[in-house]
Amino acid sequence: MMKAAQDHKGKTIGMWLFLYSEIILFGGLFVLYAAYFNRYSSDFISGGHELNRIIGSINTLILLTSSFTVAASLTAVRRNSNRTAGLLLGFSMVCGLVFLVNKYFEWSHKFHAGIYPNSEQLVNGPPGVNIFFGMYYMITGLHGLHVIIGSLLLGFSLQKLVKRKITAESHAFLENSALYWHLVDLIWIFVFPLFYLVL
Amino acid sequence: MNDVTSFYKTPSPQHLKGVWAWLLTQDHKRIGLMYMWAVLFWFIVGMLMGLLLRIELMQAGKTIVDAKVYNSLFTLHGVIMIFLFVIPAIPSIFGNFILPIQIGADDVFFPRLNLLSWYLYMLGGLFAIISLFSGDFPDTGWTFYVPFSVTAKSNVSLTVLAAFILGMSSMLTGLNFITTIHRLRAEKMGWMQIPLFTWSLYATAWVQLLATPVVSITLLLVVIERLFSLGLFDPDKGGDPLLYQHLFWIYSHPAVYIMILPGMGVISEIVPVFSRKSIFGYKGIVWSGMAIAIAGSLVWAHHMFTSGMSDVAVFVFSLLTFLVAIPSAVKVFSWISTMYKGSIEMSPPFFYALIFIYLFSLGGLTGLVLGSAGTNIQVHDTHFVVAHFHFMMFGGTGFAFFAALHFWWPKMFGILYDFKKAYIAAILTTTGFVFHYIPMFILGLQGMPRRYYDYLPRYQTGNFLAGLGGIVLVLGILMMIVNLLSSFKKRVPASSNPWGGTTLEWTVPSPPPLHNFIHAPEIPAYPYDFSQVNRNDESGSGS
Amino acid sequence: MNNNEPTHIQSYSRLFMVLLGLFLLTGLTIGVSYIHMGKLNVWIALIIASTKATLVLLYFMHLKYEDQLIRFSFISTVLFLVIMISFIFFDISFR
Repeated sequence: MMKAAQDHKGKTIGMWLFLYSEIILFGGLFVLYAAYFNRYSSDFISGGHELNRIIGSINTLILLTSSFTVAASLTAVRRNSNRTAGLLLGFSMVCGLVFLVNKYFEWSHKFHAGIYPNSEQLVNGPPGVNIFFGMYYMITGLHGLHVIIGSLLLGFSLQKLVKRKITAESHAFLENSALYWHLVDLIWIFVFPLFYLVL
Repeated sequence: MNDVTSFYKTPSPQHLKGVWAWLLTQDHKRIGLMYMWAVLFWFIVGMLMGLLLRIELMQAGKTIVDAKVYNSLFTLHGVIMIFLFVIPAIPSIFGNFILPIQIGADDVFFPRLNLLSWYLYMLGGLFAIISLFSGDFPDTGWTFYVPFSVTAKSNVSLTVLAAFILGMSSMLTGLNFITTIHRLRAEKMGWMQIPLFTWSLYATAWVQLLATPVVSITLLLVVIERLFSLGLFDPDKGGDPLLYQHLFWIYSHPAVYIMILPGMGVISEIVPVFSRKSIFGYKGIVWSGMAIAIAGSLVWAHHMFTSGMSDVAVFVFSLLTFLVAIPSAVKVFSWISTMYKGSIEMSPPFFYALIFIYLFSLGGLTGLVLGSAGTNIQVHDTHFVVAHFHFMMFGGTGFAFFAALHFWWPKMFGILYDFKKAYIAAILTTTGFVFHYIPMFILGLQGMPRRYYDYLPRYQTGNFLAGLGGIVLVLGILMMIVNLLSSFKKRVPASSNPWGGTTLEWTVPSPPPLHNFIHAPEIPAYPYDFSQVNRNDESGSGS
Repeated sequence: MNNNEPTHIQSYSRLFMVLLGLFLLTGLTIGVSYIHMGKLNVWIALIIASTKATLVLLYFMHLKYEDQLIRFSFISTVLFLVIMISFIFFDISFR
């Protein structure tokens, strides 16, 4: 217990191990995607056409940028520039919020267009399109949940930074929250082309 | 030794008092014990469910319950035994208590996460209880196959959520153990000096960490399908029900290795001690454990030979399944070779270990019948399968669990139990076990399906016999438990090393002090060197 | 075994270069999606995505400077995922 409290490397290992479980969790959904894309290639393409490529691209750039600002905030903390770190963290959280707002608009637009789980249009349409959107909602839904959790973690990090519990010497919480945020980004890096760029 | 304060008297964190010294503890030993009482509770409940359903089957037609209750009984029996007993038992009880001591550490790497794992375990159990009493308990079987799990009106979502929560508990334990073994080993303990029980937990931990998320997402999908009807497994909406089975078994097959590997680790500790001889092939045991963990993750679809999947898949998975048998055999040969020309001394843990080796080997052989695709078609979904997996999970892990209880009981509680009663209970249990499950192999070959409430008259004798065996089995287990619990009444004191073991847990007092070690432990060059060690009696003489 | 020396600090400029690289690759993957090459499109998209992911992993997530254990276990995790997907194709491709 004494040893572990100061073992920074051990805490990093623990966080990476947790990330592996998250990768496999989403991995199960990618397994389904792979199987269904193989079976319903043309339906997936027509489904992909219905998604808004512009919002998807903007969301991708937002997450990439926020990953940058989170990584930069860590550099800032290590260089004792706590104020810069705080601003960068805050900016990252705003990115997360914007991402979610975009998602909300995307989803409600689809709902209004009659494209939602078990909707008449999907049930009576081509089965592959139904599966495409089933996968879309499942993956982006689970991903959105992780964006929320990640944003909360960044928020707690910001709070600890302000209270000076995160310092240049001791910042494992921020580092691990950052890893979680990057994972959220990583998943989207794959979701984006697989759903929005199937043309 | 008598003036060392045991961990029972020193809470951690220090300020805790009374029941909070347990419920808020960060001490791995207390957490291990809290797991033990909960796990034993669920084991007994699950066992009684099993007994009820086997009594029902003793006669054709209705005996004590009707069909719907019977279906819920076998579902509940499976869910409890798998998720609340066999998977957690050895890692969460003995892994928690013993692993840190074996590597010379004072606790696990993440003590608070460890406590969280326990709370998740209790929460999962609570969800299971709620789903039992708040409506119709599912009758889908513990495998929750679609479409029935999606369309059934019963409490599937609650039960499935219980399993989801229990999965999280398992994952976090795996994460904790991996980090602990990497970062908290005593400086002089290299990888090839780690005791075999710890090694087995290391291999298990990787499977817990990486395989469990697959069942998490699968169970989540069942709940989402029930709520929102996405149709991902519904053929009418483009879904493929076989993909559910793939995802389910990608976890549930490695899960059986989560169950057996720690059990094998226990046997690898016990056999050398009571042969007074170093384990044969330490490296073989290490590598075969890792090989089982890896290869075991590649064979899942041998549960699906008759499902309608492609012939290519049937061929591939059957071939891979045969390969997994090899590392298991390496272990069995190593244990036997350890005993050869050793100086055998009988004890209750050794007795259980011997029975383990016998039942595990026998059950393992029947696995080849199942793994071979051709013969599988005859026995799939029959009582042959039921007998096979009970030989593995019960004859294997269950008996290893009993062995572990009898082996480490003196270390955890500082007391010894009645040996004679332990032997009698073991004999009763084994006899009951054999008469309970061997008829099922025959019934299966004769064509009796599993999960059937009623059956043709020709299966009557086998089922009746199995029921009698089951009653003897349960009596044996109850006797074993009563004997262990009676040790608290008589309180025959145990020394730090009643068996003459060589691993580090036998160098500390029974029970250990809070931080496990009074002085820094001396790490031997090899963990199974029996030339130096002597067991000690209560007077504390010897090492 | 206890490792408490300060971990390598990633410079702002390096991080920014990585971000630019990620933006470029994003543009590339969007552009390529308009060139129709059938099944090849999926593989190209996956390769570009994997490249982006590698950049995030190595530089943002510091994997370049981490311990062998983390690198090895990360690759093993990905390998497990690859096996999951590919073995299922033994079934679905040959039905």
